[in-house]
Amino acid sequence: MTADLLARSGPLQSWTDRFAALPDTVQVVATPHVAMADLRVDPAGPAAADVAGFLGVDLPTAPSTYVETDSVRVIWLGPDEWLVTSPFRAPRALEAGLRDAVAGRGAVVDVSGQRTTLGLAGANARDVLSGGCAIDLHPAVFRRGAAAQTLLGLTGVVLVALDDTATSYEILVRSSFAPYLASWLLDAATEHTPT
Amino acid sequence: MQLITCPYCGPREEAEFHYGGQAHVPHPADPGSLSDEEWAHHLFFRDNPRGPFAERWVHALGCRRWFNAVRDTVSYRFHHIYRLDQARPETP
Repeated sequence: MTADLLARSGPLQSWTDRFAALPDTVQVVATPHVAMADLRVDPAGPAAADVAGFLGVDLPTAPSTYVETDSVRVIWLGPDEWLVTSPFRAPRALEAGLRDAVAGRGAVVDVSGQRTTLGLAGANARDVLSGGCAIDLHPAVFRRGAAAQTLLGLTGVVLVALDDTATSYEILVRSSFAPYLASWLLDAATEHTPT
Repeated sequence: MQLITCPYCGPREEAEFHYGGQAHVPHPADPGSLSDEEWAHHLFFRDNPRGPFAERWVHALGCRRWFNAVRDTVSYRFHHIYRLDQARPETP
């Protein structure tokens, strides 16, 4: 008898049915297993240029922004810190590739297990977020290309705007806080649920 | 809630920040030569002015960067917010 391989599961796997029951105006999708690497490097130094060559895009230097290519997204976390995420690359390959590019002139750490990704979309997505987030989410200022580290429902998150119409976001939340944030999102969505 | 302007992220709620005590406290050049009393003064004794006070703050739930601020301890108004590599501005 052979041992069964453990199946990969995300922290919100058991929430799938509850997310599916939400109305079309507030759609929540859990996206586990996104490779994430924390990158620390001098943005003006040669290592940043080598990292940009590896990623295919320059590191964003404006606060609270992100840039992306077909395969990776680079989120600004600080003046010398970025979060590189990719659903297409294996965590170890992403970390190893970045580490080769940095070549000792900075630090690269695989943090794929630290956060899990929630997709939030729909006509009421911004209303749901506004109930628990103090920053200005109007699409005039928080639109595609913006990624803020802030509090959502008292939980630290990275909030990523995916479009210019305030109807599609990604929420990166620590895995241990994910069930709490999921229940908060379900509660916040009830006022937009037709009875 | 009071908003504090992070030098990187811009105005955010006070709850995202942690307080770090008095700013511009130099580390002793030769700590080993200090007496216990002098070392205790370096570690524990801080100014407690009524009015503008230069303080350290950290944007703990945002970009996690430390910065300095001159805050009025009476009105809680932030007069200046500046990065660690910038000199303290003249207080009004």
